[in-house]
Amino acid sequence: MKTLVFLEHHEGKLQQDSLGVLGKAAALGGEVEAVLLGEGVEQLAAEAGKFGASRVYVADDVLLAAPLPQPRVDALESLVNDGGHDTVLFAASVLSADVAAGLAARLGAGLNWDLTDLVEEDGRLVGKRPALGDAVYVDVGWTSEPRLALIRSGTFEPAETGGSAEVEKIEPRLQDFSLAARMVEQAHEESEGPSIEDADVIVAGGRGLGGPENFALVEELAKALGGDAGWYPYAAQVGQTGKTVSPKLYVAVGISGAIQHKVGMQSSGLIVAINKDPNAPIFEYADFGVVGDLHEIVPKLTELVRARKAA
Amino acid sequence: MKIAVCAKHVPEATAQRRLDPQTKRLDRSGEGTLNQFDVHAVEEALKLRDASGEGEVVIVSLGPERALEAMRKALAMGADRVVLVSDEAAAGSDLVATSRVLAAALEREGADVVLFGQQANDSDGAVLWAAVADRLQRPLISQVAELTHEDGKVRGKRQTEFGYDVIEAPLPAVIAVSDAINEPRYPSLKGIMGAKKKPQETVSLGDLGVGADEAGEAGSRTEVYALSDPPARGDTVKIEDDGSAADKILQFLQEKKAL
Repeated sequence: MKTLVFLEHHEGKLQQDSLGVLGKAAALGGEVEAVLLGEGVEQLAAEAGKFGASRVYVADDVLLAAPLPQPRVDALESLVNDGGHDTVLFAASVLSADVAAGLAARLGAGLNWDLTDLVEEDGRLVGKRPALGDAVYVDVGWTSEPRLALIRSGTFEPAETGGSAEVEKIEPRLQDFSLAARMVEQAHEESEGPSIEDADVIVAGGRGLGGPENFALVEELAKALGGDAGWYPYAAQVGQTGKTVSPKLYVAVGISGAIQHKVGMQSSGLIVAINKDPNAPIFEYADFGVVGDLHEIVPKLTELVRARKAA
Repeated sequence: MKIAVCAKHVPEATAQRRLDPQTKRLDRSGEGTLNQFDVHAVEEALKLRDASGEGEVVIVSLGPERALEAMRKALAMGADRVVLVSDEAAAGSDLVATSRVLAAALEREGADVVLFGQQANDSDGAVLWAAVADRLQRPLISQVAELTHEDGKVRGKRQTEFGYDVIEAPLPAVIAVSDAINEPRYPSLKGIMGAKKKPQETVSLGDLGVGADEAGEAGSRTEVYALSDPPARGDTVKIEDDGSAADKILQFLQEKKAL
């Protein structure tokens, strides 16, 4: 096996998920290489060596400064064609999903996504993928090489191997259409209040709340429980973009629990859901689900929790 | 402005979804509907068309023949016509094969903007646009929560793990919108009545110049080996509120020592 791992970085740091995937590749064995694309990223290559890469290809190019997918497809295409990698792994993110799918089309290669494990079985590589809202697990494979895979965010923890990597500079040729999209303004966190990613208790409100004016309901309950509140007008904000939370207690208020939301919070210790729709997917994975009107239940619950804590 | 929307026929959200143990494909025998995420793309397409004052919105889909029924919802909302690629040989297409077929259908249309919804709610796939953009060799902006169009360029606000990027691209371009971008309109009665009369074309792989070995399982590069049950998460409890739900939640939290 000769594996290439796409390393994602943000503000001068390698992403934990990328290092986790690198560790998994190293555990699977064979030759493990990694690729770093960006501007001023060479110093990150050494760290990749500590986490399992024997060689890191580095492209340092102002045209790769913005985290846009298409020029990265160009760079990976020639790297995989020249390097003869049979497997290319990505930690799933908004950026890497687009890179992986673009590369699949470019190489005519198979891409399996949302994998929660990769194993060698009967001499072949098998990906494990939860499907239909995690109701069933599917063993997936590839019928040709290279095999491309996107690993679900938060799946593998980085593990130091104590190795070191050889650094090899590459100068990818980028196509005109790949450079047509232009970053006008790059993301900066629109942070309001503390980060919810480290919270022990999260109360999340969704569309069922009716509107931001009802957010106080969620906030009051969060305060009573001693946790943080999150307003999720769009399911997109937990899970879809790769953001995952794993508090000890997660209370979902008026959230139907579409798959992307589930991916983002299913590792929570205890999940309580309140929703008026008895068919809401969230009831399939909530430890305690209530079908009812959140506008009646939540204020009552807030009072009860307050009374209990005061007692 | 000419806008193409790639849309998918998926099983009803309320239906009990299952994978066929034989084919290991999703059982699509039940009622179908327009993928909810694609409805946002249709809405955005209608807005773009109406703001530009001319042009059309064409729905492009790959699916069984009865997918036309689901696509009629987009027509009822205001889209102008549907092109459905329907071919036995295309069944079971994976990403590589699907993107090949759709790109061929889109080449034929030559739209200024190709729109996608955020994901398919059956396969949970959220990558197709990038493969299609690569095949069409057009700039791509994905996860767009806000879209504007001016002077032959589109500008999208892309939601990422780190916040919002603003990305600009010249037309023609491929855009994938998030479900945060708009509140889709409901079809009017007049729209529903008129939908059936709008042009609905069914084309085969041959019509698009795609070989049978380039689509379906033959054209795919991934496969499904086996299905298994997920690791158990433990018991789930679901109750109906009879006025005592708040007390019951409190009791549950106390039992689990979560307070």
